[in-house]
Amino acid sequence: MATNTEIPMATAGVKPATSLGNDEILRYSRHLIMPEVGMEGQLKLKNAKVLLIGTGGLGAPLGLYLAAAGVGKLGLVDFDVVDFTNLQRQVTFGTSDVGKFKSEAARERLANLNPAIEIVAYETKLTSENALELFKDYDVIVDGTDNFPTRYLVNDACILLGKPNVYGSIFRFEGQATVFGMPDGPCYRCLYPEPPPPGLVPSCAEGGVLGVLPGIVGSIQAMETIKLLLKAGDSLSGRLLLFDALGMKFRELKLRKNPNCPMCGEHRTIDKLIDYYEFCGVRGEEAPEVNLHVPEISPKELKARLDQGDDLFILDVREPHEFQICNLQGHLIPLGELPRRVHELDSSQEIVAHCRSGKRSAEAVDFLRKAGFKKILNLTGGILAWSDQVDPSVPKY
Amino acid sequence: MAVKVMIPTPLRAYAGKRASTEVAAGSVAGALAQLTTEFAELKKHLFTEQGQLRSFVNVYVNDEDIRYLAKEQTATKDGDTVSIVPSIAGGVRR
Repeated sequence: MATNTEIPMATAGVKPATSLGNDEILRYSRHLIMPEVGMEGQLKLKNAKVLLIGTGGLGAPLGLYLAAAGVGKLGLVDFDVVDFTNLQRQVTFGTSDVGKFKSEAARERLANLNPAIEIVAYETKLTSENALELFKDYDVIVDGTDNFPTRYLVNDACILLGKPNVYGSIFRFEGQATVFGMPDGPCYRCLYPEPPPPGLVPSCAEGGVLGVLPGIVGSIQAMETIKLLLKAGDSLSGRLLLFDALGMKFRELKLRKNPNCPMCGEHRTIDKLIDYYEFCGVRGEEAPEVNLHVPEISPKELKARLDQGDDLFILDVREPHEFQICNLQGHLIPLGELPRRVHELDSSQEIVAHCRSGKRSAEAVDFLRKAGFKKILNLTGGILAWSDQVDPSVPKY
Repeated sequence: MAVKVMIPTPLRAYAGKRASTEVAAGSVAGALAQLTTEFAELKKHLFTEQGQLRSFVNVYVNDEDIRYLAKEQTATKDGDTVSIVPSIAGGVRR
């Protein structure tokens, strides 16, 4: 383990700090009185540069703890804007930050936490064009993103530059963490040579995350980052840590370097950054993967028709727990149960299907049309659009 | 031989919401066959149409990756744990 904790520091040409001021000594005193950190360790942190990819759920504890610990330079890469649904887990942000760029809001928060460090906000999406340039000035890259294309991009850029990649990812109640890209250690492609095809990743109906989970996984990443910088302890490199929050169990799996890895193996076949959206078979997380062309009805048209007393059957294809949040008094059949519950529907009646955003219900309409239903429409934009255009008392979620 | 199969969160929807299940199998292939017989919907998430284990699904016997053992022919014995570990990216829908 000791050999692969050696990382090259990106401090060439810059004169490293050799002392701490009195205010810094006071601030970091609980580090300084530990022999495992001490003055020497604290100076290592002060001279270190860490780049956070993503300032969201994982990025929140990462940014807070690394700034508090006195990491000398923190880069924050995020193109996104704070919204209300972020506040449940992205604890760097306050209610007054809604609408601000995340990287800038996080920079302000961290600068307040520790004015003695340098914080750089990069209000940009990480791309194959800018990744190498962004990464090259940093010692450690921390992956706190939420999508496959960016994960492969971060991995490949780290391997090309020889930089460690502190990895964490989460799903609902479950998290994974490890360190990739150490000289003797595996990379993300050793673990997962290929991303899942878009159709097989859990749909938005099954998404969601318990707010504390990224706090725990991001904190593990922060700890691993600090250990790398201090050159202390046993890194998670070569081990995949699995965390199950419901069972409150940590497990550890062996993670081996694949000698035939196209990225970090003996015979590298990937020598530059590629188009990761193409590699992952998606054009960005924000764009819907499938554009089903099904007959639609707008919220305003639906309202008008209901008001004039038309006999319309409202089919809600969301999950029962979503129905409890809000509903349009429709008949609930979750999309996944539709094939075996199709007998509950009357094909002679006019049906309007809806979900939260209109995507799942488009699939439902497509399915039912193929099953012979002729009089079926999709509510454009789902409950979100209904709330915006017809009835603002219906909550958006 | 009783082998415990750990089902990861993203796949529990296709496995009766179970976090784990016990199967009687002497190999990983046998354990997965029994699992996908019990929960048919899991099959397409674990295997390609050609019957190959999908490349974003890793399988471990105890803490060892079966790619570095005998792959799906890896033997399992009483008390072993077979873990299915798919890649997860973040999972927070926008």
